Amino acid sequence: MRRSNYDVKGLPGFFGITILCLVILYAPLLVVTVYSLNDSNSITNWEGFSFRWYVDVFSGPESQKFKIAAWNSFTIAIIAATAATTISTLAATAMVRGGKFKLRTVSFGLISLPLMVPEIVLAVATLIFFNSVGFTRGYMTILIAHIAFCIPFAYLPISARMQGIDDSYEQAAQDLYATKRQAFTRILLPMMLPGIISGYLLAFIVSLDDFIITNFVKGAGVETLPTAIFGSVKQGIKPNIMAISTMLLGFSVLLVTISYFVSKTDNKK
Amino acid sequence: MSESRKTAIDVRGAVKRYGDFTALKTISLSIYDNEFFTLLGPSGCGKTTLLRMIAGFEDVTEGAIFLYGDPIADLPPNKRPVNTVFQNYALFPQMTILDNVAFGLEMRGQPKSQARKAAGEMLELVQLSQFAARKPSQLSGGQQQRVALARALAPKPKVLLLDEPLSALDLKLRKAMQLELKHLQRETGITFIFVTHDQEEALTMSDRIAVMSAGELQQLGEARDIYERPRNMFVADFIGETNLLEVSVDAINAGRATCHLGGGHELSCNAVEGVNVGAKVHMSVRPERLFMSEGPTDSEGLKGTVRENIFVGTDISTLIDLDDGPKFIVRTSNSDRGNKRIFEPGNEVYVNMEMEAARLLID
Amino acid sequence: MAGGAASGGSAATDTYKEARNWLLLPSWVYLGAFVLVPVIMMLIYSFLTKEFRGGVVWEFSTAAYDQFFFDRGLFGDEPARIEWTYITIFWRSIWQAGAATLLALAIGFPTAYFIATRPEQARPMWVFLITIPYWVNLLIRTVSMKFMLRDSGPLNDFLIGTGLINDPISIINTNFAVQLGLFYSYLPFMVLPIYASVERYNFSLSEAAADLYASKWVTLRRVLLPAVKPGVIAGCILVFVPSMGSFLAPDLLGGAKNFMIGSLIEEQFKGNAGNWPFGAAASMVLLSMVLIVLMIFARQQAKAEKEAS
Repeated sequence: MRRSNYDVKGLPGFFGITILCLVILYAPLLVVTVYSLNDSNSITNWEGFSFRWYVDVFSGPESQKFKIAAWNSFTIAIIAATAATTISTLAATAMVRGGKFKLRTVSFGLISLPLMVPEIVLAVATLIFFNSVGFTRGYMTILIAHIAFCIPFAYLPISARMQGIDDSYEQAAQDLYATKRQAFTRILLPMMLPGIISGYLLAFIVSLDDFIITNFVKGAGVETLPTAIFGSVKQGIKPNIMAISTMLLGFSVLLVTISYFVSKTDNKK
Repeated sequence: MSESRKTAIDVRGAVKRYGDFTALKTISLSIYDNEFFTLLGPSGCGKTTLLRMIAGFEDVTEGAIFLYGDPIADLPPNKRPVNTVFQNYALFPQMTILDNVAFGLEMRGQPKSQARKAAGEMLELVQLSQFAARKPSQLSGGQQQRVALARALAPKPKVLLLDEPLSALDLKLRKAMQLELKHLQRETGITFIFVTHDQEEALTMSDRIAVMSAGELQQLGEARDIYERPRNMFVADFIGETNLLEVSVDAINAGRATCHLGGGHELSCNAVEGVNVGAKVHMSVRPERLFMSEGPTDSEGLKGTVRENIFVGTDISTLIDLDDGPKFIVRTSNSDRGNKRIFEPGNEVYVNMEMEAARLLID
Repeated sequence: MAGGAASGGSAATDTYKEARNWLLLPSWVYLGAFVLVPVIMMLIYSFLTKEFRGGVVWEFSTAAYDQFFFDRGLFGDEPARIEWTYITIFWRSIWQAGAATLLALAIGFPTAYFIATRPEQARPMWVFLITIPYWVNLLIRTVSMKFMLRDSGPLNDFLIGTGLINDPISIINTNFAVQLGLFYSYLPFMVLPIYASVERYNFSLSEAAADLYASKWVTLRRVLLPAVKPGVIAGCILVFVPSMGSFLAPDLLGGAKNFMIGSLIEEQFKGNAGNWPFGAAASMVLLSMVLIVLMIFARQQAKAEKEAS
């Protein structure tokens, strides 16, 4: 009998815990998805498969509220992600390709500030700011706040991508008579595209998902999907909430998956 | 090399400092038109820094660089008619091979169709026409190497810079590319400046070599010259295998120096400027220029004992301990073994030197 | 390699050095105006006097901080005693966040280790699986958790079904439910940094330990753990910090009794009943705590990096 190789890495039980971890992470999401397809007025009992709550989301009594909330959520997410991605791409170019400079650490601190400050604190600060400069709370204040906290999420994948691109490509372009601007637009930008796309998608999801800050700065009457869902959940979980949650959940998973596969398209030499 | 040759690149007193660190210490050298010139040295010797200064990627802290008489030190890289083959090739991954090669021509203002036509011709020269529509990632390392070469040559630069372009290739491919590069240089008549840390590669390809170490130029000369007449310890040691012996200079007469080494052994060799009577210096003797005999010959034989034979393919290296003296390595070719006695460990042996084999080093 | 070392090592990549300030300007202006200035405004507000219908009167006052820490009786004329109400809420936040962090460490470390020891091509897929849930709306995940933990919810159904228990255990509206919710919310944050450090770990060190007669568990404790400690600390911080200030988990899973600092802050800005300076002061206390934790962490990491090099 030959003894199998001594596996120095393997530890008993760790595989089991990993599976447990995945079960913990996914079970609640799966349960919500399954129960959103429940043909019952209560969420407690399973009464067979049905799409009725999905239909209810689009044409039920609350459909108008959800439509407006969805419109707000998506338009804000698109504008916020676009603005944050643009600002972040410029900043990443300076941070990664700007050599060493004194304000580098300070700039990085400023960019990652929205990640370090607890969300509720950022929400309070933003509310106080809007209040003291006299901005009326509503769609615009939500948008302004969203762009700010989306910036680090867009920045991180973009700068990571740029760090992964050897600067010899831009040098080769300049060596071949391209100006710096041409080297940026014709060489660097196309190579960074996967990073920019995943940065955009992450910013988009973060904006779409935000509840706490939105809840503080939205003002009366303006709702996004998360604040609308929260309002309904406060009165108890209803089946139509499960349906709308499942749709939002599926949408996020879809975007993250796209982002994952886009960033995987690596520039192989 | 006739002295009347045109100078392609003239580096005058170039210094490069990064803060407190000096990467290049006042280098001056001239590179001739239509020459295959190599910058050779170990990691961190400053050879790449010098190359990048010529390309325009590093600014010159002090001094000047001239390209066919014009000062270029203040020009950005895209204004210098000099192209580079990068160590990692830096082929633009999102472009086809043809577009990569056409890039430089396009940037110089040629219409796209014309640039592509010229690029196609360039690809023919490096025998890669069939890959024109592919992306760089679909090519092998050797093919990418040739594309990088074609791309840098396409705009017809006045000087081509090559930054260790063969270091990523395996030995066999590297040898083939060495010859191909050499041919290409002859065919195009463009001045090549080649950077490498591989002394064998440098000796194989170059017309002239500049050996660098610690930011300083150690020796500049033709390949053969550098190998046979190293100026100092660093060059003798870095290039090829050698016996480095500590000697004292006893007398200098009519261009010949008489020296002795440990154990009282006497040797004579050509005198060298800068080495005077009484100096304790090093002497370099290439192992292949030594031979062994059973008894003393008319040349100055040094008596010793064979310690070990090492078989190295085409040669045998014999390690010899001189009586009361230093160790020697003698390299004997395996080619006409019939005529030579093979000395076994423990045998007594005399080590003899060919004329002019020993070389005094200045430090 | 000489070229790579000389060009890469000495000069940072500085292709766009000249345009640097212009490129940074938009982020400086935007984040300065809408993040940095608001945080400073909040600091100022915490030292203002409260207006009865929400908002502030522009008069300097330390009343907000005083109210947080001291009790001076109904009319404010009694000698100051420590006010335990808010300190308790604060302490509960720390305790809940700590418990959630330990739970996450217990599950997250083995998971991270397991993923990091998979074949190299398989690792990104595992990491991706761990990250997906993070990108799902936190609100939806917390609602899912609420749904799961109900007395008649799937978890109790499952436990009764397997015969482990006979009667449903009530988890919802307890401290434990909040801990579970926080743990669930931030579990991926524990896995990722630990994974990154185990992946960088040189397993020939473990082989050397095994060669010198150490068992696997001794090797794990004496050789691997010290090497991956920075990753473990990073994971703990990433779970602890957002847990401290979380609002949704205690609000939806904890019920009224299990108040955390997030809910306390939120309440101060709801409708007209709130106290803005007090909310700002409580936010400042939370922010200071978090920044202190982050600073200690940054120093630790710098020290660990120094030791490693």
